[in-house]
Amino acid sequence: MSVIIPYIDKPNPVTGVTNAKLGIWLFLASEVMLFGALFSTLIILRSSATDWPAHGSDVLNVPLATLNTVFLITSSVTIVLSWASLKMKNLMKFKLYMGLTVLLSFGFLIIKYFEYSSKFHHEHYPSTSTFYAVYFTMTGLHGLHVIGGIITNLYLMGPGSKMWKTEPERFTGRIECAGLYWHFVDLVWIFLFPALYLL
Amino acid sequence: MSQDTHNHSHGHDHSHSMSHELPFWRKYIFSTDHKVIGLQYGITAVFFLLFGFGLMLLMRWQLAFPKQAIPLIGKLFTEDGVLSPELYNQFGAMHGTIMVFLGVVPLGVGAFGNYLVPLQVGAQDMAFPKLNMMSYWVYFIGGVIMLASFFSPNGAAASGWTSYPPLSVVADNGQSFWLIGMVFLITSSLLGSVNTIVTAIQLRVKGLSFMRWPVLVWAQVVTAFLLLLAFPPLEAAGVLQLMDRLAGTSFFLPSGLVVSGEALKVSGGGNPILWQHLFWFLAHPEVYVLILPAVGIVGEIIAVNTKKPLYGYKTLIYSIIFLGFMSFIVWAHHMFMTGMGVTMSTFFQATTMIISVPSIIILTTYLLTLWGASIRYTVPMLFAVAFLPMFAIGGLTGLPLGLTASDIHLHDTYYVIGHFHYVVAPGSLFALMAGVYHWYPKITGRFMSDTLGKIHFWLSVVAINGVFMPMFFMGMAGVSRRLYDQTIYAHGAAAQPLNVIMSCCAWALAVAQLPFLYNMATSWKWGKKVESNNPWGGTTLEWATASPPPHENFTTPVEVFRGPYEYSSNKKPLPQFVQEA
Repeated sequence: MSVIIPYIDKPNPVTGVTNAKLGIWLFLASEVMLFGALFSTLIILRSSATDWPAHGSDVLNVPLATLNTVFLITSSVTIVLSWASLKMKNLMKFKLYMGLTVLLSFGFLIIKYFEYSSKFHHEHYPSTSTFYAVYFTMTGLHGLHVIGGIITNLYLMGPGSKMWKTEPERFTGRIECAGLYWHFVDLVWIFLFPALYLL
Repeated sequence: MSQDTHNHSHGHDHSHSMSHELPFWRKYIFSTDHKVIGLQYGITAVFFLLFGFGLMLLMRWQLAFPKQAIPLIGKLFTEDGVLSPELYNQFGAMHGTIMVFLGVVPLGVGAFGNYLVPLQVGAQDMAFPKLNMMSYWVYFIGGVIMLASFFSPNGAAASGWTSYPPLSVVADNGQSFWLIGMVFLITSSLLGSVNTIVTAIQLRVKGLSFMRWPVLVWAQVVTAFLLLLAFPPLEAAGVLQLMDRLAGTSFFLPSGLVVSGEALKVSGGGNPILWQHLFWFLAHPEVYVLILPAVGIVGEIIAVNTKKPLYGYKTLIYSIIFLGFMSFIVWAHHMFMTGMGVTMSTFFQATTMIISVPSIIILTTYLLTLWGASIRYTVPMLFAVAFLPMFAIGGLTGLPLGLTASDIHLHDTYYVIGHFHYVVAPGSLFALMAGVYHWYPKITGRFMSDTLGKIHFWLSVVAINGVFMPMFFMGMAGVSRRLYDQTIYAHGAAAQPLNVIMSCCAWALAVAQLPFLYNMATSWKWGKKVESNNPWGGTTLEWATASPPPHENFTTPVEVFRGPYEYSSNKKPLPQFVQEA
């Protein structure tokens, strides 16, 4: 007399995926459209501007952003390692790699904080010019996605990991989905970095 | 029951009984049951539809009798009882927003999609029940924010449902409420659409291949894809407009903008047309979000009441898919007048002509299904049949708007209002009402009254044409939309008698809904009881279970043996779920 939802731990033999995996891919498709619209905004504003107010390579801190890029790419590797550890039935190693992922994401945010505060210190606000408007809006929205990822990953590392004892396959699936999301956040940054800092 | 013997290999324990030990608030308020959530969506959406309709009824007084005090209730809104221009603008903007985003879409997608998709694919619930609950409550919060904006210091948003900048950026703070409300509504539809697609694809029972999906499931899945991919750009645009309003950025503000004789103190360098692109990139697919659930409902009802297979089922499905795809590349036909250039206009004019082809195919398959059938005119069938010519009028009057040459004359006139209201009001809404009458016995276990239903239908169909048909003539006479008082212009004053007719018909339409509301409310308790699982003789899976369906939908496992509409083989309907012929 209770509701049974199939394919939450094992893939559907016809489609080859679990419900959650199909769900996260659909969610990411919609996220692509969200950031796609923002990148289009940048392209349209910049290409139609008679005089683009500022160039990222002149006014933004490229070395710090490069370090941030390294942080995020490394964290993408560690989250895959955490998933692989679960595949090898090693919960401790999973927690270690997930912890590293969270640590690197915090590192990213801390650097971002210094970048932002130095901009505010020099009185560069979103209202200063369309360049800063795009810069703050896009990196801000990306930052929110990083924070969302940190909360999810901390939950999966802490209280969420209890599921490992009862439903290991479902838990591994969750980590895989978290990893897919995290790769997406990483990928957005890989587009943001050249578009805002280098060009 | 038999579910207990149904051996499942999950090592986890979520099998404690959900159905009868839950407290009231878990069972009916914060429920994860797709049927309860579907009803929550439905009831909330009907409330918003009535609210949005009510705003228009007040506006129609001002339109018919400009600057005269609204009788009886006018003093509630302004001191002298006359609807002020400010209030008129707010009501106009909120009428559009509420009807589209809080009324028709939640009713078509949230209510019918939630209730019927799991049943029709043979699932026990949606794939993500908690997400489903969350999507309803996020929608609810969005609705509350929209309503609350009426009580903010300068009232609700007043820049039209399209919120074009720069007007919307310099508008009063009702606009910020609108934007925040929209972000909630978009989030809700995102959660809902992921859920619908995963449920329909993953939770199909054995034997239910894609080409055996009922047309309603196809329509809901294509709709969900539109919501999933078209809404995020508006979310992005909403964030950008919020930044413009709250953080002082200039995404949509050009340089050197002067407002009320003073140069605006912003950096400038933005592009107001950018908003229109981002907005219509959502809002054109949105039109198909409004119409496709209706197309699905009408298909089901026509098949059941003609006792015939839907003519050209595969063609119908491919048309729906093609329609969904094309709807992403027609958006700028709303923007011919922005001066975006001949090349762009020609492209979007061509795609707009192409998208009319699948719409016509859909209508044609339904008409050919009616051909030669002995039609059973139940109340839902009356509404479904009325949907066809109404939607056709709405669709065909769109063609002159899609052609750049004729659009120059018709753009932003009452003709446009007439066109899209024919699609959405006697189109989508008639189909949704048909759906209410048709599935009411399944949902409650009781029929709605036939007599009241017929009164509702005939009054509505006459009144609604009286409201929208004159708009075409008024638009062709050159009267612009959104005018507070058109009699100040000579051509407007000449067309003013039409406004009186339209307003009287609108009020008659409101009266015509009373038997419907009374019928819905009272039949729940006193309607004629449904004797079998399948009172209409349907062939799809929702008719395989009890009315109302139990908590887990199907008490015995179901399986699908054939396509959705196999009626004619030996004069006896062959439901999908029955093995023997």
